[in-house]
Amino acid sequence: MSSATRPIKPKKNIVRRWVIFIALALLYIWALSGVPVEGFKETAGQISKAIVSGIFSPDWDYVYLPEGEDLLRGLLDTLAIAILGTFISAFLCIPFAFWAANNMSKIKANAGIGKFFLSFVRTFPELVMALLFIKMVGPGSFAGVLALGLHSIGMLGKLFSEEVENIDFGPSEALKATGARPLQTLWFAVFPQVLPGFISYTLYRFEINLRSASVLGIIGAGGIGTPLIFAMQSRDWSRVGIILLGIIVMVTIVDIISGYLRKKIV
Amino acid sequence: MNQVNEQKIPKAPSKWKHYFTFILILLLLWGSAYQTDSTFKELIEGFPNMFSVLDQMIPPNWAYFDNIIGAMLDTIRMAVLGTTIGAVIAIPFAIFSASNMIKSTWVYYPVRFLLNLVRTIPELLLAAIFVAIFGLGPLPGIFALGIFSTGIIAKLTYEAIEGIDKGPLESMTAVGANKIQWIMFSVVPQVAAYYVSYVLYSFEINVRAAAILGLVGAGGIGEYYDRTLGFLEYDKVSTIIIFTLLVVLIIDYISTKLRENLL
Amino acid sequence: MIEFKNVSKVYPNGTQGLKNINVKIEKGEFVVIVGLSGAGKSTFLRSINRLHEITSGEIAIDGKSITKAKGKDLRIARRDIGMIFQNFNLVKRSTVIRNVLSGRVGYHSTLRTVLGLFPKEDVNLALNALDRVNIVEKAYTRSDQLSGGQQQRVSIARALAQEAKIILADEPVASLDPLTTKQVMDDLQKINQDLGITTVVNLHFIDIARQYATRIIGLQAGEVVFDGPVEEATDERFSEIYGRPLETREDEEVEVGESAHESSK
Ligand SMILES: Nc1ncnc2c1ncn2[C@@H]1O[C@H](COP(=O)(O)OP(=O)(O)OP(=O)(O)O)[C@@H](O)[C@H]1O
Ligand SMILES: [Mg+2]
Repeated sequence: MSSATRPIKPKKNIVRRWVIFIALALLYIWALSGVPVEGFKETAGQISKAIVSGIFSPDWDYVYLPEGEDLLRGLLDTLAIAILGTFISAFLCIPFAFWAANNMSKIKANAGIGKFFLSFVRTFPELVMALLFIKMVGPGSFAGVLALGLHSIGMLGKLFSEEVENIDFGPSEALKATGARPLQTLWFAVFPQVLPGFISYTLYRFEINLRSASVLGIIGAGGIGTPLIFAMQSRDWSRVGIILLGIIVMVTIVDIISGYLRKKIV
Repeated sequence: MNQVNEQKIPKAPSKWKHYFTFILILLLLWGSAYQTDSTFKELIEGFPNMFSVLDQMIPPNWAYFDNIIGAMLDTIRMAVLGTTIGAVIAIPFAIFSASNMIKSTWVYYPVRFLLNLVRTIPELLLAAIFVAIFGLGPLPGIFALGIFSTGIIAKLTYEAIEGIDKGPLESMTAVGANKIQWIMFSVVPQVAAYYVSYVLYSFEINVRAAAILGLVGAGGIGEYYDRTLGFLEYDKVSTIIIFTLLVVLIIDYISTKLRENLL
Repeated sequence: MIEFKNVSKVYPNGTQGLKNINVKIEKGEFVVIVGLSGAGKSTFLRSINRLHEITSGEIAIDGKSITKAKGKDLRIARRDIGMIFQNFNLVKRSTVIRNVLSGRVGYHSTLRTVLGLFPKEDVNLALNALDRVNIVEKAYTRSDQLSGGQQQRVSIARALAQEAKIILADEPVASLDPLTTKQVMDDLQKINQDLGITTVVNLHFIDIARQYATRIIGLQAGEVVFDGPVEEATDERFSEIYGRPLETREDEEVEVGESAHESSK
């Protein structure tokens, strides 16, 4: 760029601006062209009103029913799916994390393959996994557990591998020098370094999995989602209201506890 | 070696806390397995089934590609529009949540509370509700994505606003700017790049989300899972999965590159 | 006894780390290795416990070749050699006692150590070792809460708990201040004299080398250029090893003092 005494507005920026502007305009023309314009269902207003009033007058009786299939049991099931799914993935992802860490293998491509594999798993939607597991082990919570357990490997493996990449090799060398076996070296010199990070990420993933677990039931993979979708289909809005409320309260409480634990660990 | 001088040795901290945590985790896991009927037996019994499903998924039915390309484009459209709605609504929410923009705790606490509330509801749930209201099609999906991304973008942006440099704010106050001018000249230049980056980030998330919203009838490629799985056409399922993965990875790549350029 | 027989080491990139070394270190000696940076001091030390592999020749410890040892034999050989590093190499998040106990893992099965089931004698050994370096009151503190000198004493305790017959120390005081340097070196000397542990130390500062060593080995470009008792290590010999006039820790302090003085002007 010229450095004349009187600076002129750089041309490059103007061009760039126009290119961005035109690209965005085209994108929106394309995007809007595909939206059906037949408008809303005429009952939309009515139903919205019903939903809102349902949410503000929840079906409190549903919270606990002696004969089962109530809100508390649904939430408990959701919580159990999330806990088990998270734990399984936290366990399974450890070898993948070491595989995907740059400092763990001499050949750089090796870690690259590991990273690619993890991003592949991450992109594979958990609900689709759940659908497939339903076909494999039948509908129910177990399919949900397996789906969460498998899907979370993608993200946890990536986060764990970043933790592994920060390992200080000094202690491992010291352990090796005392005559420790490889597993002992791993346990005494490597694990103490990565464990706090692993736990913190696991808790974080647990927060995400709890949200996922609350919708798994919509496709039949257990948890509170199943009664929710039934209530919606039968237009029982006050029951929808209490279930929504239940999910919000549970997620909020778990977020607070998990956030507190994560702060304490670091 | 002689015995260590007893008084100097500190008392070993008790280990009951570790044992307690350990037992608690075991109990949680056991309880969860019990509640969800998860057993190794069931897993092992499911194995033959898993292999047969996987076997039928390979090779994918490449011809099916033509049938779903329209739905895939719809999915991207939904993500674009949903993100845009979210990006617009997020602006006032972000400003009203930032403690250095609005001084009154009576404003920013309730607004933040609302944002947190929104973020506790999974997008698929929102979509299911909107489907009930508006009927089947991409419209409820777009609204669901819009609300969902409002939560994400507003949260990240207000945190960026709270982190800005105070100097320009004070100098704009000093020259006597009104509230709008004050925001345009001192806040916007500082957070614009972050904001755009967060919008792109939420776009990435929305593409993934949009791909499954069809499961509740909210448009896009997700509807095809029901169709194909219902008829046990696993080779078509794997085509859908592969196509989705490709699109998501490409969009992720482009978006990540754009974000890297921004910051 | 450590015996180097025609030992050479060439790094994969072609650098000659050690060149035909023949050295015999007797039990109970306190040997200090000196030499310029890059002379091969670390390579020499790390060859002894095979943290580095040599490319030719043989190293024997108490008559047994460590060069040929494999698997279990190598681990048992290493168990008898304690190592102390410049940057301590402690597991920072673990407690002091756990770091010291980690010197014992070579004596037990993997399962037993992983479950943390160290025998009572081991814990006593660890506490004794900590007591010997005057730091037993920190046994249950997290290691990252200790000062550098304290951390180095923990790593000495780790070697002691190992019941090592040989201690190798690679610039153990390079990141410590003069006072802590003295404490750590005194500890090493005391251990050497009280327990008869053969000690081999790499040092940068020749005044410290003279003060503690019973024997000095000078390295230059991977070759032994001096080997003899301290009395023979005269200033002239040192400037030969270093290829330039002497530099001691006092010199350095004077320099620092002067520059500080100048900057305050
Ligand atoms: N891993 C390696 N690969 C290649 N060359 C190496 C390696 N480690 C050391 N060297 C080379 O071998 C020679 C001896 O290195 P060594 O680390 O033993 O020196 P040193 O005397 O300990 O030096 P310092 O006082 O700086 O620690 C040096 O020229 C060094 O560059
Ligand atoms: Mg060195």
